[in-house]
Amino acid sequence: MALQIIDRRLSGKNKSVGNRERFVRRYKTQIADAVRRAVAKRDIRHIEQAENITIPRKDIQEPSFHHGQGGVRDTVHPGNTEHVRGDRIARPQGGAGGGGSQASDGGEGEDDFTFTLTKEEFMELFFEDLALPRLLRTHIASTLQYKTRRAGYSHDGTPHNLAVLRTMRGALGRRIALTKAPHRELKALEEVLAALLEQDDGTSEAVAELQQRIAGLQARMGKVAFLDPLDLRFRSRSKVPEPSSQAVMFCVMDVSGSMDQARKDLAKRFFILLYLFLTRHYEKIEIVFIRHHTQAAEVGEDEFFHSTESGGTVVSSALVLLDQVIRARYPVADWNIYVAQASDGDNFGDDGGNCRSLLADKILPLVRYFAYVQVVAQEQNLWQEYSQLLPLFAQFAMRKVSEAGDIYPVFRDLFKKEGVTV
Amino acid sequence: MNLSQYPVLARRKGGQPWKVAFSGDRSQRPVPATPLPAGQRPRQPLPDPSDWTFELIERYHAAIAETAERYGLDTYPNQLEVISAEQMMDAYASVGMPVGYRHWSYGKEFLATERRYRRGHMGLAYEIVINANPCISYLMEENTTAMQALVIAHAAYGHNSFFKGNYLFGMWTDAGSIIDYLVYARDFIAQCEEKHGIDTVEQWLDSCHALSNLGVDRYRRPSKKTLARERAERELREAYAQQQVNELWRTLPARPDKNSTAQHHERFPKEPEENLLYFIEKNAPLLEPWQREVVRIVRKIAQYFYPQRQTQVMNEGWATFWHYTLLNTLYDEGWLTDGVMIEWLSSHTNVIYQPPVGHRAYSGINPYALGFAMYRDIQRICEHPTDEDRRWFPDLAGTPWLPALHHAMQNYKDESFIGQYLSPKLIRDMRMFSIHDDASERELLVSAIHNEDGYRNLRQTLSQQYDLGAREPNIQVWNVNLRGDRCLTLRHTQYQGRPLSEDVQEVLKHAARLWGFGVQLESVNSDGDVPVLLQSVPAPPA
Repeated sequence: MALQIIDRRLSGKNKSVGNRERFVRRYKTQIADAVRRAVAKRDIRHIEQAENITIPRKDIQEPSFHHGQGGVRDTVHPGNTEHVRGDRIARPQGGAGGGGSQASDGGEGEDDFTFTLTKEEFMELFFEDLALPRLLRTHIASTLQYKTRRAGYSHDGTPHNLAVLRTMRGALGRRIALTKAPHRELKALEEVLAALLEQDDGTSEAVAELQQRIAGLQARMGKVAFLDPLDLRFRSRSKVPEPSSQAVMFCVMDVSGSMDQARKDLAKRFFILLYLFLTRHYEKIEIVFIRHHTQAAEVGEDEFFHSTESGGTVVSSALVLLDQVIRARYPVADWNIYVAQASDGDNFGDDGGNCRSLLADKILPLVRYFAYVQVVAQEQNLWQEYSQLLPLFAQFAMRKVSEAGDIYPVFRDLFKKEGVTV
Repeated sequence: MNLSQYPVLARRKGGQPWKVAFSGDRSQRPVPATPLPAGQRPRQPLPDPSDWTFELIERYHAAIAETAERYGLDTYPNQLEVISAEQMMDAYASVGMPVGYRHWSYGKEFLATERRYRRGHMGLAYEIVINANPCISYLMEENTTAMQALVIAHAAYGHNSFFKGNYLFGMWTDAGSIIDYLVYARDFIAQCEEKHGIDTVEQWLDSCHALSNLGVDRYRRPSKKTLARERAERELREAYAQQQVNELWRTLPARPDKNSTAQHHERFPKEPEENLLYFIEKNAPLLEPWQREVVRIVRKIAQYFYPQRQTQVMNEGWATFWHYTLLNTLYDEGWLTDGVMIEWLSSHTNVIYQPPVGHRAYSGINPYALGFAMYRDIQRICEHPTDEDRRWFPDLAGTPWLPALHHAMQNYKDESFIGQYLSPKLIRDMRMFSIHDDASERELLVSAIHNEDGYRNLRQTLSQQYDLGAREPNIQVWNVNLRGDRCLTLRHTQYQGRPLSEDVQEVLKHAARLWGFGVQLESVNSDGDVPVLLQSVPAPPA
């Protein structure tokens, strides 16, 4: 009978991707809600993970005509042990006829439908929430650098990489392996020959034959190449990405009384974006959280976003602390320093001027990039002061953001590649 | 073993899609009265490392094919495809149609399957087989050599010969052209999505799917068309259908004559129409040509799967019977090692396990167990009939078993197969009993058990249980208000007082979307009493 065997393993898997996309598309609102809830619970470092999404089963059931509960049903079951005809049995809970194919007509139970979004799907929905999709397309030039490292030996390479010792060792091994058995045989034959020669003058036929076989063996062993192309070994080098010099990101947030939850949320989203962005360019990134009202403090992430402590506002306190931390722990020679500052810009008295000179004299010369984001629309004292710095420092940028949808465009604007229009 | 009963369809490499493949000779080869004699005994059994190789698969296949031939199994040519677990999941998730058009519900299935699989809640099917010519069987990469042998015997010879032999498949499916048709369907729907937007097409497909169970002809037999003819006719059809529909919905009143009142009361359609999608395709007034074509595609595919839904017990039983018989024969003749035997037998035992009622794992009758037991029983009745068998099966007892078995496979569906062949002995062996569940009573009644009084009753009841006509509600197109609001009336004929489930309203909304005007559903009980209006939905917004 005709037979054809085909190996399909390498031809495309993921045939269902299109259907999966359709599914995610259809339930986007529910899924996006779940994503939003998940993000709210996550800390910055784990933002990118895949997520389990749960949708109520009734939402995704496809309706069709079928029988409901009630009416008369006769069903046959196997495994009777006790019943005789005419027995009456109490109705089992939650289904007619004690199970069976008929009883399952109504659906497969009421569990919610849970599935796992991939990291990519998750990120897409996450950024979609910020009104513009696909952050990942727009990168500034990647700073990844490669370095070649030794990576053992390989079978091919250029002559100047030839590993002589390895090659010879391999050749020797091969020669031993190939001549071991003939050697043994040769030795045995030579012993026999020696024994024969002792009793005999060396003219008998047996001796001649032995000598011939010995010659044959020696010829065979002689044919084993001293060096075979198989033996060649070359030093191999492979390119490995060199972690570009380390980066540190400072999140500086105003937590004064005027920063309500909504404004903090805007700030958090901005920080998250910045974090995602930077982690794509640096293998290692440290984050320092600084919060301030009238006083500034370095805190953990949880406290940064969720602590309820508040008071008046003295922005310079944070900048002073920032400067101290940089000088103490992050020497400019070794670190790429990024600062994101979020505030509603409502500063105490004449502290604005203070801030400006702090930035101009101490901080800006040290950092790669300093982004100031004001989370309310109207211009405040701090905004005016900071504006004076704009023409002087290319690495300084400031924007206003008043709702979640603004963050992404502003972010793109801040981090756009040179020469790209947003 | 969780062998999926659905076939999977994969695009054939090469060849021109519009050229219809030769669909093979359906005429059955004569079945020998007894298995033909074995060839020479092998000097040693086939090797059985747990890792398979292509060479080993070929050798096992050759041995199995030869044995199958001796038993008179007539199959389409076989194509074995080795696939990975992910690919099996893809295949599994899309109702076995990787070539299918895109739709979110297949995505849903995929996500559900993936999750269950990843959490270890289910093993994947070891195999999936496609009713196509050549018959494609998927072998999973993870299977051991012994399992591949089992799958080849089960799918490539069991299911394959069933697809080729059973009358329902012969009547309703065309193995030679189904894959081409599915490719055509996918391309057509992708074009529609481009032209009309994904959302529009998706909604339309949702509505078609909601009615797809009622989109099959149960009695009429389709004419077989080649894909080329399908294509050529599509354009004619589009133009012509619109014309017909226009004729039906002509706004100029007919010239009044004497019969006008009689005409007025005449129902349309004259006879109730059981195929809802067919009716809509041919008569819905406002559909655009592409919409009609999509309705047709869904209907055709539903029709293709219809025989599978009607022959689950027979089909799985047949495949199980043959892997059991073929592999045992091979063992007896010295082809298989003990290790291979033990391994496949342990899978086999799991597959045909029937948990008793009340067992935690009980979920109705296991079609593999029932089908396998019935074919074994037929063989027994032929070879070693008892007096009881002679009384119950006078035409069967003592006849050659091989032709009898093939006859049973070819000419029945689950319902009639059980009605014809379920024997008292099997009823006793499986200790069957029937439960009469009347929702108006407080308790369930044991209406029959496995004794002399109960056999006929049990056989009758079990047969009914597999009658799709009784499993699914009987709903037909009853009337259309031709002169007024064009409202479509569906009539549900109750079966044993069973009501419809709660989502009727939702389905009717879909029906209204397809029809384009209001739809109402009325219900009559089986005595044909006055219909009761169950639900009605207004015309969808234009």
